[in-house]
Amino acid sequence: MVDLTDLAFYAMLVVTISGAVAALEAREIIYGAIGLAFSFFGVAGLFFLLDAPFVAVFQITVYIGAVAVLILFTVMLVREGRWMRDSPGRVGKLAGILTAFALGLSLILAFLASKQLPSAEQNLPAGFNLIYIGQLISGPDAPVLEILAMVLAASILGAMMLAKVDREDAP
Amino acid sequence: MIGLVDYLLVSAALFAIGVYGLVTKRNAMRLVFSVEIMINAANINFIAFNRYLFQDALGETIVLFSIALAAAEAAVILAIVVVAYRIHDDVDVSELKSLEG
Repeated sequence: MVDLTDLAFYAMLVVTISGAVAALEAREIIYGAIGLAFSFFGVAGLFFLLDAPFVAVFQITVYIGAVAVLILFTVMLVREGRWMRDSPGRVGKLAGILTAFALGLSLILAFLASKQLPSAEQNLPAGFNLIYIGQLISGPDAPVLEILAMVLAASILGAMMLAKVDREDAP
Repeated sequence: MIGLVDYLLVSAALFAIGVYGLVTKRNAMRLVFSVEIMINAANINFIAFNRYLFQDALGETIVLFSIALAAAEAAVILAIVVVAYRIHDDVDVSELKSLEG
């Protein structure tokens, strides 16, 4: 008998991995940006399956709603004919595949060999507690939240200053 | 049954894909994609460990902060890409050598 949760996990796995591959390998870079949005969506689904719906919704609003749209805008602003030139040649591609394969294989072997990890799902207590997140953010982690707000404001201001067009210099 | 190890394997695969992109691609936008994919892999690890080993909300809080930080970082990187395109008419990172000593 197939568990419905397992089915959802595999569906999200396919969406995430294929979206990530499409983001890097799609011929047109704008299709790559859309594949990246699909990959973000799959990760949000994995967060849902891990009993973290608040983080999943946060992921959807911030990543798909803000970052993916920002990337799409940038791609449309910068799109040119020779802008797709990112082929490093056969040797570079082989080196990249070998590096990624070695790293992924070592990580997977380390996870599979570890004795500390619980192998299958035991009876977990109900995991999600929104109140606890709120207590953490407004209590011990409040300084982090404030600093993060400053970092966000500073980065947005810096991005605006960087991308600003001077009227006098404009052709 | 889907356990902790399955989520860790997904995250390892995502991270390897990100590393592959960082090594092979020379287009600045593809590098941004790779970095975002790797950040997502790390976030999956945080949530999975938090769910299966600790069952409190500290990991989720860290991931919330991480997502916000990644958004700020993406804004700055994309502004830099736009500026590089305006100056060099190119986003190939091997051509951007203005800071080379």
